[in-house]
Amino acid sequence: MDELQKIKAVADDPYAYAALMKKRENKPVVGFFCTYTPEELIYAAGAVPFRLFGTKKDILLADAHLQSYCCSLVRGGLEDALNGSLSFLDGAVFPHTCDSIQRLSDIWRLNAGFPFHIDVVLPVILHTQTARAYMIEVLREFKTDLESALDVEISNEKLGRAIEVYNRIRKHLKKISLIRSRNPQTISGADLFAVIKAAMVMDRDQIAELLCSLEKKLENRPQPEKAEGGKRIILSGGVCSHSDIYTLLAESGAEVVWDDLCTGSRYFEGEIENIGDPVEAIADRYLTRMVCPSKHRDITSRGENLVNLVKTHGAAGVVFLFLKFCDPHAFDYPYLKKYLDEAGVPSLLLELEQQPPPSGQLKTRFETFVDML
Amino acid sequence: MVDPEKKDTDKESRKIKSVARMKEIMTQYYIEAKTAGQTGKKVAWITSGGPVEFLIAMDVIPVYPENHGAMIGASKMGVGLCEKAEEMGYSRDLCSYARSDIACAAINGGPIGGLPRPDFLVCCNNICGTVMKWYEAVSRYYHVPLFILDTPFIHTRFSDAAKRYVIDQTYEYIRFLEEQCGKKMDMDRMREVGKLAVSGLRLWQEVLDTAAHKPAPMTAFDAFFHLALIVTLRGTQITVDYYRQLKQEMEERIRKGIAMVPNEKYRLLWDNLPVWYKTRWLSEKFSSRDACLAGDTYTSAWSGVLDLIDENNFIETGSVAYSSVYINVSLDMMFDTLKKLIEKYDVDGLVMHSNRSCKPYSFGQYDLAKMVMKKLNIPTLILEADMVDERSFSDSQIETRIDAFMETLAGKR
Ligand code: SF4
Ligand code: SF4
Repeated sequence: MDELQKIKAVADDPYAYAALMKKRENKPVVGFFCTYTPEELIYAAGAVPFRLFGTKKDILLADAHLQSYCCSLVRGGLEDALNGSLSFLDGAVFPHTCDSIQRLSDIWRLNAGFPFHIDVVLPVILHTQTARAYMIEVLREFKTDLESALDVEISNEKLGRAIEVYNRIRKHLKKISLIRSRNPQTISGADLFAVIKAAMVMDRDQIAELLCSLEKKLENRPQPEKAEGGKRIILSGGVCSHSDIYTLLAESGAEVVWDDLCTGSRYFEGEIENIGDPVEAIADRYLTRMVCPSKHRDITSRGENLVNLVKTHGAAGVVFLFLKFCDPHAFDYPYLKKYLDEAGVPSLLLELEQQPPPSGQLKTRFETFVDML
Repeated sequence: MVDPEKKDTDKESRKIKSVARMKEIMTQYYIEAKTAGQTGKKVAWITSGGPVEFLIAMDVIPVYPENHGAMIGASKMGVGLCEKAEEMGYSRDLCSYARSDIACAAINGGPIGGLPRPDFLVCCNNICGTVMKWYEAVSRYYHVPLFILDTPFIHTRFSDAAKRYVIDQTYEYIRFLEEQCGKKMDMDRMREVGKLAVSGLRLWQEVLDTAAHKPAPMTAFDAFFHLALIVTLRGTQITVDYYRQLKQEMEERIRKGIAMVPNEKYRLLWDNLPVWYKTRWLSEKFSSRDACLAGDTYTSAWSGVLDLIDENNFIETGSVAYSSVYINVSLDMMFDTLKKLIEKYDVDGLVMHSNRSCKPYSFGQYDLAKMVMKKLNIPTLILEADMVDERSFSDSQIETRIDAFMETLAGKR
């Protein structure tokens, strides 16, 4: 499938893609770390939002700025900003999420030297009308900041079109994920991961087209009567940037059929209602979408959601995938595990760094877990 | 064998007399909190940076898990409790206040047999994101309501929208309290509490300022101890009276020439939370090298926003001011505060506690250290440790680093 080939090439080397795209299309590229980045506004400003995952190599330069007890996404992101790997960036956007990203924003602003830097100090709570009102004002400020940083005007028409494109991308991503959940043989976990990753870095019009035809092709594949494959599991946690995890799990006899990750369902869930004021509509998606643990809506919905996902997708177990030193996710772990325990769902906790883990060790842990299911 | 403590009459005279009164107040406070069930008073757990004034005005007993965490650290019970929390599934990389406190609740352990059960929780995230996750866990554990006061972080600006957001939430906070307590807030009382809070903050700042005198009548290690009241009982007359007494004692020490560090030669500034289980040890290490930790960024954080509070309009200015505390602002703004403190206390060096537990306080310290060197020519010593979890402290390593740093300072003279 050439769509998939194209997508995988981008996911394999997003930096090379970005540099080339920039040369060819001459669009500004704007870096971001988190799904709380209002990408629609960046798109509407004529720029390409580019998700950063941090280096997979050793940390050298960032060591002079961040202690070893900082998560590798933050350290690795700074590393690339300092070592020149991100020279194609015109700027970066930092929505407020966790304590580590909050400080990374300062360090980045003071050291990285990109043309612009925007903080989007979103509310941390997302369950009150007051927070909604504030969120809307923050998004409007972000719009103004972007307009002056990129010297453009972001009209409501442009925003409406951005929302439309993003809705399409998210719908396709969800659809393709559902196809995989229905039958994991249709597209491998590693490939689906590449698809989602590419959707966070590519020119959005281009990826929307690719996703559309990919979805059609997958739909039209002959479906076996019964889904085959390994034990069905769900991944839960923050950022996953190792496609090997999916492969290793498959080799150990488990298929990831759904996830509760920032680099997965939290990216594509939630449609924006493209009516009324576009900024308010963007805000409302954040207010209704399942929260990430750095935001607060209530104290139980993440647990309930996880158990529901297990049921909906007929999963036999959950693998928690956290980055080491990630506070928000680590804090929710005991409670999420309790919810799973009470529902009789086995789980495995894995703390990773952005740097690739030794696969032999991982495989043994996976195999032991899968045997238990 | 001679007991050096008893022999040293100088040392006796250097002791701060008010300490006894402080201990009395804190004991009384904890007794009252622990027996709230019998007196029918409501108990609220609240974060150290939260606007406690509203609880005081509503006659609710405020309880501070963080202060409790500090007690756990000081009584060296941190490791056991942290390990217990780890057994419960809380990663060792999480804040040790949170870990040790969560464990305490589960086993009614710790120095005072656990904190009194909360009727409700008030969490203000002006200090970190950790407290929100921690209070969510507490709220699930005790099945009690949680109010979160969300104070937007200040990177380059504190927007009007953010200020309005904080003010709106302050009114929501009042409504939440009225609901929980089943009574209206008495606005006259609230005004009075607001004024007392401001007086308390002002006096606390004046106490801290006395250490600008050379030699300093007290050090940051003393400030760590005396801080408890400005955190726990801000907005009460007791606090105002106590700090007035403490200030008088400090002034008297200055008049009599009593210095906390016998041969004060070097003056230093401390950054970040104390290392609670090593305060005495560290204090002696520095003191024996003639170094006085005259000031710190931590204990001055509360009074640091004093200028932003209008004591006649606490409701609309209090929470807004608390949004600007030292740890809720960007590194460049922190540098401005550091600069002021370095100048005020006229210090020769900066000692930064790189505190594994407290990421928002510790990340960025390397950059701050560089700025302080470059712009103010003040060297920095960075000590890697943790405020409660002793497993992250190495005596020999820290001592070697202190010695090396003191040599650098001596060389600069
Ligand atoms: S992985 Fe966790 S600590 Fe790191 S940036 Fe994401 S939320 Fe923050
Ligand atoms: S020590 Fe730091 S992380 Fe822990 S509660 Fe205090 S401010 Fe938050």
